[in-house]
Amino acid sequence: MIDQIFEQARKALPGADIEVTVEHNRAALTRFANSFIHQNVAEDTTTVGLRVHHEGRTIALSTTADPQALIDRAAAILGDAPRDPGWPGLAPAASLAGTPQLDPTDPGPDARAEVVRGFVEAAGGLSTAGYCRTVRWAGSYRNSAGQALDATATSADMDGIARHDGADGVARRHAVQLSDIDGAALGARAAASARAQGDPVELPPGRYEVVLQPEAVADILSNFSYHGFNGKYLNDGRCFAHLGEAQFDPAVSIYDDPFAGVGGRPFDHEGTPRGHLSLVEHGVTRTVAYDRRSAAEAGTASTGHALSDDNWGPMAVNLAFAGGSSSAEQMISEMRRGILVSDFWYTRVLDPRTLVITGLTRNGAWLVEHGEIVRPVRNFRFTQGYVSALAPGRVLGIGAEVTPLPNIRRELQNVSCPAMRLASWNFTGGASG
Amino acid sequence: MGHFDAAQAAVSAALDAGARYADARVMHKRYESMSARNGDIEDLVSDESAGLGVRALVGSSWGFFAVPDMERVTEAGHRAAEIARASARVPSDPIDLIPVPAQTASWASECVIDPLAVPLSDKGDLLVHATKAIREHGADLAEAHYQIWDTRKWFVSSEGHRIDQHIRECGAGISATSVGDGETQRRSYPAGRGQFGTRGWELVNEIDLMAHAARVAEESRALLSAPLCPSGETALILGGEQMCLQIHESVGHAIELDRILGWEAAFAGTSWLDLSRLGNLKYGSELMNITIDPTIPGALGSFGFDDEGTPAAKRYAVRNGQWVGVLAGRDSAALAGLDYGGSVRSDGWSRLPMVRMTNVGLEPGPHTLEEIIASTDDGVYMENNRSWSIDDRRLNFQFGCEIGYEVKNGKLGRMLRNPTYTGIGPRFWSSMDMLSSEIVNWGTPNCGKGQPSQTGHTGHPAAPARFQHVRVGVRS
Repeated sequence: MIDQIFEQARKALPGADIEVTVEHNRAALTRFANSFIHQNVAEDTTTVGLRVHHEGRTIALSTTADPQALIDRAAAILGDAPRDPGWPGLAPAASLAGTPQLDPTDPGPDARAEVVRGFVEAAGGLSTAGYCRTVRWAGSYRNSAGQALDATATSADMDGIARHDGADGVARRHAVQLSDIDGAALGARAAASARAQGDPVELPPGRYEVVLQPEAVADILSNFSYHGFNGKYLNDGRCFAHLGEAQFDPAVSIYDDPFAGVGGRPFDHEGTPRGHLSLVEHGVTRTVAYDRRSAAEAGTASTGHALSDDNWGPMAVNLAFAGGSSSAEQMISEMRRGILVSDFWYTRVLDPRTLVITGLTRNGAWLVEHGEIVRPVRNFRFTQGYVSALAPGRVLGIGAEVTPLPNIRRELQNVSCPAMRLASWNFTGGASG
Repeated sequence: MGHFDAAQAAVSAALDAGARYADARVMHKRYESMSARNGDIEDLVSDESAGLGVRALVGSSWGFFAVPDMERVTEAGHRAAEIARASARVPSDPIDLIPVPAQTASWASECVIDPLAVPLSDKGDLLVHATKAIREHGADLAEAHYQIWDTRKWFVSSEGHRIDQHIRECGAGISATSVGDGETQRRSYPAGRGQFGTRGWELVNEIDLMAHAARVAEESRALLSAPLCPSGETALILGGEQMCLQIHESVGHAIELDRILGWEAAFAGTSWLDLSRLGNLKYGSELMNITIDPTIPGALGSFGFDDEGTPAAKRYAVRNGQWVGVLAGRDSAALAGLDYGGSVRSDGWSRLPMVRMTNVGLEPGPHTLEEIIASTDDGVYMENNRSWSIDDRRLNFQFGCEIGYEVKNGKLGRMLRNPTYTGIGPRFWSSMDMLSSEIVNWGTPNCGKGQPSQTGHTGHPAAPARFQHVRVGVRS
């Protein structure tokens, strides 16, 4: 299909830089709340993308309808498009850096419902809510510079909570195939967490040492993805990164990798292959994610992180913290006084350059004293610099187990996180005011 | 096959496959956007999306299936029913739908200047000139953008609805960012993401981006050396655009019935509102009158019928400070024992319709912003949202604005940087003691909700207001 569309575009737009993408998405999501499946959806869609640059003008188009009409539309309006002096050119021919693992099965609604049933039943009568999602993506890319790529990727995600006396416990998991999602194990974990939150106390705001569970650490990576390791932000002076500087504790290494067992797209929307990208090595910020435009502006090469759907700039979408040598239990046992945090909620950046974030704890927090979990605490609001929280000397431990977790908003995006012990977290108020 | 015929075929297929109710939407959506950065166009996008989504109700659950190909509509109906049946593996009680009289109707939003017909070169010139002017007036980063949506949809239900709508939306905005030693400062106009409505290009002409380019640049630069917003408890005056955000986050989402019923508990969260208190709960001061009104001409959350075929109608959510209404759909209303829906929409043919804000906003108060400032001896004025965070019950919020000013002895004083404030929804709204009559129908084109994620377009009539004893100046 794509080769025919590409040839039609070349004939209709002679002399132009042309790139064509065809993405076929079979995505399904089974959603439950109050312990029953209340929404259950699936789509089977094909989207054709066309980007054309000719005589200094660029336009990007897409359609789910007639590809020939798309080409005709491009030909009709390109001449009226404004000039684009920053056009970075097309991706050169290059091979994929690897082949994504795939789910050999084709999970249907019954299979997803069984995973949900496992979660609900394992919660032992607690009210539950969440989702189970499967995605099979097939993408093809062609351009007039000779680049041609085809790939398929799959993913399976589950995110659920169990609710008990006004407290929620959470469990999440990302995998390449649905059979690796154990709904019952996740439901049991969420329920145990919810049951452990009875009679919480409200602690005064202030700086506390913390142990963050992987779900909370995931929020740090998510904000690094949007505002941190973003080449456009770096070019604009809106990014924390100082390349080559030891901005993080030596225990911190961060990388992006679509092949590390997580099921990401092996090339980006500009046809640049993706591979292992080391962003922070032993505390030293090495690079950020680039698309072709931000890379050209910075005088470097694209890292394969162009997005299709906005002008946010490049994003690393399969981020991971390298594991350490500890465990959540060990880190708790070593904490004299601090807070164990399950999850963060509704975090928003106050200033991208400092990456100061405000948000709340959610799904469980506990006071730890002398190495023991003493009692649950009510949610906190915090205002904390995410880079400064991981600064040299501030990371007191990193778990050895790295858990793959879904990006709950976007398909085929994920983060992999260990538990982490940090010297200080700035809680600025109780959630009750 | 015609649009209505395709939708009818999908509905019939779903019924044949065992659904007791089904509806289908054929949608054709055109989207165009352009962005400029520092005097150059950076991004020009023209998308077309067309397809059909069919919803089937079997027992306690909906099944939904979407295809872009009108040759597959019968398959789509069958698949929707099949998915709904699979849900019975984790069942609940059967869902009811409140009645909505079947009707055949057609509706279109008002549009004076078709935004897709305005030459790309003209639209590009506007953004290029605006960003050049911002740079010339001292900002390090100048950005401008516009977005246009042109949506046609054809709705058919198994109860006999046949409704087509044509909704055109557009809007634009500019921003200036100045980079200092360790921080950035941003000013935008008319709002952080621009101003949007169910209108044509006349909206963009009216907001006159060029007239504000120099000001936002100079203010972003001045903010770098302005004093920090002081920390403490004080009188807080919010500009209209920040009031839009305040309404959206701490009222609009809180009154969504699906949240109240727990249907969004894991992802979007729940609500502090208890249905048993509907009609008997103080939400705010007596100045607080919030309406749900999708009939406002030109506002971004306006339509003729929601995506369940319910005609647009105005109702109160908060009246004289008392909570009296919710945003609901046919299924959630039936479960809650209410007799109205009308607030269900999907953001495209491939997404399940769900409870969304329409136009949720304030009725005007008796004052003006000038009068509010003049009557304030000591306080802080803040405008234009920069950050927003609120808890999963829509109670505890912390919002940041782009710019603040001291208010001393009835006058605006020094500019303040990094202004933030925090509070608890009903306490905050109960402290509102002055409200302006200067209502603007702000548009929010980026409201995220649902799984798979949907981006909703919502409207918020809002005006400046004053709140007492608010904690301001929260920082790391």
